[in-house]
Amino acid sequence: MRELKLMKGNEAIAEAAVRYGVDGYFGYPITPQSEVMETLMLMKPWETTGMVVLQAESEVASINMLYGGAGSGKRVMTSSSSPGVSLMQEGISYIAGAELPCVIVNVVRGGPGLGTIQPSQSDYFQAVKGGGHGDYKLIVLAPASVQEMADFIGLAFELAFKYRNPAMILSDGVIGQMMEKVEFDEYRKRWTEEELIKNNPWAATGKTPDRERNVITSLHLQAVDQEKLNHKLQAKYREIEKSEVRYETYMCDDAEYLIVAFGSSARISKKSVELARTKGIKVGLLRPITLFPFPYREIDAYSEQIKGILTVEMNAGQMVEDVRLAVSGKVKVEHFGRMGGMVSSPDEVEEALEQKIIGG
Amino acid sequence: MKEEIIIAGFGGQGVLSMGKILAYSGVMQDMEVSWMPSYGPEMRGGTANVTVILSDESISSPILHEFDTAIILNQQSLDKFESMVRPGGLLIYDGNGITHHPTRKDISIYRVDATVEAARMKSAKTFNMIILGAYLKLHDLVKMENVLKGLKKSLPERHHHLIPLNEKAITRGGEIVKKI
Repeated sequence: MRELKLMKGNEAIAEAAVRYGVDGYFGYPITPQSEVMETLMLMKPWETTGMVVLQAESEVASINMLYGGAGSGKRVMTSSSSPGVSLMQEGISYIAGAELPCVIVNVVRGGPGLGTIQPSQSDYFQAVKGGGHGDYKLIVLAPASVQEMADFIGLAFELAFKYRNPAMILSDGVIGQMMEKVEFDEYRKRWTEEELIKNNPWAATGKTPDRERNVITSLHLQAVDQEKLNHKLQAKYREIEKSEVRYETYMCDDAEYLIVAFGSSARISKKSVELARTKGIKVGLLRPITLFPFPYREIDAYSEQIKGILTVEMNAGQMVEDVRLAVSGKVKVEHFGRMGGMVSSPDEVEEALEQKIIGG
Repeated sequence: MKEEIIIAGFGGQGVLSMGKILAYSGVMQDMEVSWMPSYGPEMRGGTANVTVILSDESISSPILHEFDTAIILNQQSLDKFESMVRPGGLLIYDGNGITHHPTRKDISIYRVDATVEAARMKSAKTFNMIILGAYLKLHDLVKMENVLKGLKKSLPERHHHLIPLNEKAITRGGEIVKKI
């Protein structure tokens, strides 16, 4: 039986983490995602599932606690918002380099700098192009509802462990702060020590006489070795690109125009599609659910059918570059978005479609 | 059936919790709901608003540019949201502190003097329930029994003894609301 609740996206993250059997949450409060840790503290999962919830002294500490926990094969996660996630970038790069699974939630707020506490999607580049140093990729999921905030905790952990790669849930202040109905799975038990060792033979769980020691590191002083690791990482990313693309379409079958949007912008754009359809404009919505891997081919498949694409993002135009890559000049692609914490309204988006794509 | 509502006023007036009770009432009635606050550095005395959508079908955007109903609790919110009510829509406002009254002719406008009534009931906290009562009187979107269930869900248990008082305030709101 799935359990129905009414809650904020941030609260759903916390509830889903406990129910999924996460071993540890390490974080530092920041608006607009503080409800994640607040909810965990209220739930007291250390008394029920044994999950550790810890407020670290900083985001730098949180991400390094993830590094340690993930290295020992535990399911560990953190959440933060933009400035906090910037602080974590060094640790994220190390975790990617050491090929460790973990989940990082970014409830994005307006930037740059300390910015504002209002919703934004201006961390798209940071999330999908590697915010830290070195050639690495995160698996990036973009929830567009409170239900997906809950569901993507499980999905992010599954993908992270499948590929031994950090996964990010790239949300924003709208999805984090809004309340919707959400259904939860039953509580699952955390891995026992035996299950953990069996599932994660690579983890630093204590050397036994029958195997070599497992070394968790991102340091390879010999360039030859480092290149070998890079080839391995790249092969893994190609595999992820081949197998894990997720997206959703709405009214695309007869579409002459396409809106491409993720997260809360996709929700707003869905209404814009409805508005445009009442005016007889044949427009559809394509919502990338995974931002890495990005649905390049799936977008390109519409190139023959459509006359133009509008990307809608709460930023100055970031995902638009990937959409342009996808159609490589075959179709006109323009961007519309508000910035710095301002949220587009459905009529603004519809108007932008008419002005930039249909009229332009 | 779909109802798109903005509730706007000062922080501390119970704007967000009124929206929450409406949202819970919708859940009790098996409707789809969304509750989107204007979160931020708002505090007691600052401005606060919440968009609540109740619908039989799945809800696309939680952010709106026009509303079926605006429930307005101060002058700033009236100035901002009067123009955003759909033609034929509903505007309910508390008259306290309002100097520039709503002027539109293409929407139904109702006034409920909830601040005054809450003082008369000797409980300032009943204010938002008086307002909610006025709305429910004009718009039977959710059944009273579901509102009470919603109230129970959204109030912490230590406040459940206040439910009868809230129920009284809701009834009172329905009695004193008047068309402008």
